[in-house]
Amino acid sequence: MAIDLKLAEDLKSQGVHVTSFESLINWGRASSLWPLQFGLACCAIEMIAATMAKYDMARFGAEVFRPSPRQADLMIVAGTVTKKMAPQVVRLYNQMAEPKYVIAMGACAISGGPFKDGYNVLKGIDRFIPVDVSIPGCPPRPEALLHGLITLREQIAKEKLLGQERARHADPKGPGDLPVPEFGAHDIEPAFNPDVWNPPSFTRDVSES
Amino acid sequence: MTPDLPAIFTRLRAELPAATLAHLRNPGPSGQDSLLVAPACLVAVCQFLHDSADLDFDLLSNVTGVDWPDPALTDAVALPAEGSAAAVGGFLEVVYHLYSTSRRVGPLVLRARSVDRAEQVHIPSVVAVYRSAEYQEREIFDLFGVKFTGHPDLRRILMWDEFLDHPMRKDYLAPDDYQYEPTPHDAVLEKAKQHYPATSES
Repeated sequence: MAIDLKLAEDLKSQGVHVTSFESLINWGRASSLWPLQFGLACCAIEMIAATMAKYDMARFGAEVFRPSPRQADLMIVAGTVTKKMAPQVVRLYNQMAEPKYVIAMGACAISGGPFKDGYNVLKGIDRFIPVDVSIPGCPPRPEALLHGLITLREQIAKEKLLGQERARHADPKGPGDLPVPEFGAHDIEPAFNPDVWNPPSFTRDVSES
Repeated sequence: MTPDLPAIFTRLRAELPAATLAHLRNPGPSGQDSLLVAPACLVAVCQFLHDSADLDFDLLSNVTGVDWPDPALTDAVALPAEGSAAAVGGFLEVVYHLYSTSRRVGPLVLRARSVDRAEQVHIPSVVAVYRSAEYQEREIFDLFGVKFTGHPDLRRILMWDEFLDHPMRKDYLAPDDYQYEPTPHDAVLEKAKQHYPATSES
């Protein structure tokens, strides 16, 4: 049920705050994100810097890095995901409890970055787990990570808890554990999870070049 | 300080008469010559260089591999000229860099070659002499497929155990994961074209 904004303002001026449970729950969730404490490469150093006094990620409620996925609700994929590491990243994601969010930090986590032609580098963690916010950079500065965090907070604040467009974690029929890729003889199998990611189906004129 | 290779070569000839050795010239700018050691006597040569009081090569700083594909099978790889480090192809090579920290001499470059690239890829492990070789020999086993006989724990170190290929070999074919290339060019463009929708073939 929508709130009459004018009435809400009037009540607010008299010390009565009117809101919806949805806003309240989303406000609570967005204001206290507990990231999973793990780093994969040099981006992790910037992530650590973002939590320290100079950049002070605690201002945005995300200072409690948890060493256990069971206690975390934000996964910051900070660094190059090798194909040997990819199953572990998916497994950690599966072990996190809903609601859970993923930030892909840096060029490597987004696309493989400068190492994308390597035989052992995954070309983006979005091939296996759903990514909410991507932060470009190589590595992104701590300010960029804070901006990504604020962007995620804005997204959480807009989440619907009921109805057709409700968020994944509010849907009892939402996806459960994602399949963990297996170590194959030549590559990880499958190379990507088609339920999560598919190659964009744009057409390109191959007669050029 | 670079080691006096001719003197070491003469010394090894005198001390280990059974050892098969060759002095490989390097005509390149570095001019870094090396000793080619037959695999059968590699451990004995290393043991002597390590134990000899006056040579005292106490540090094995680096072990690496080189893949010399058969020139008859591929012309993509330019092999060095006759008489230099590798005159013929078709074998795997392991390169050792020895230093003497007490005499501040190094690197002494040793090379050992396998018989071929498929079956007879055995090189004796020098872990018994230089413990620092353990992980590096595992890496060469992983990436080049050289089998080190006598290694205490020979298994893959970088790739997973189920992996079958040897990625640093010249004929290695990387897995085709070029489904999505936003800005392809050159070799990546050729690989990405394999994944373009059929409708764009015009």
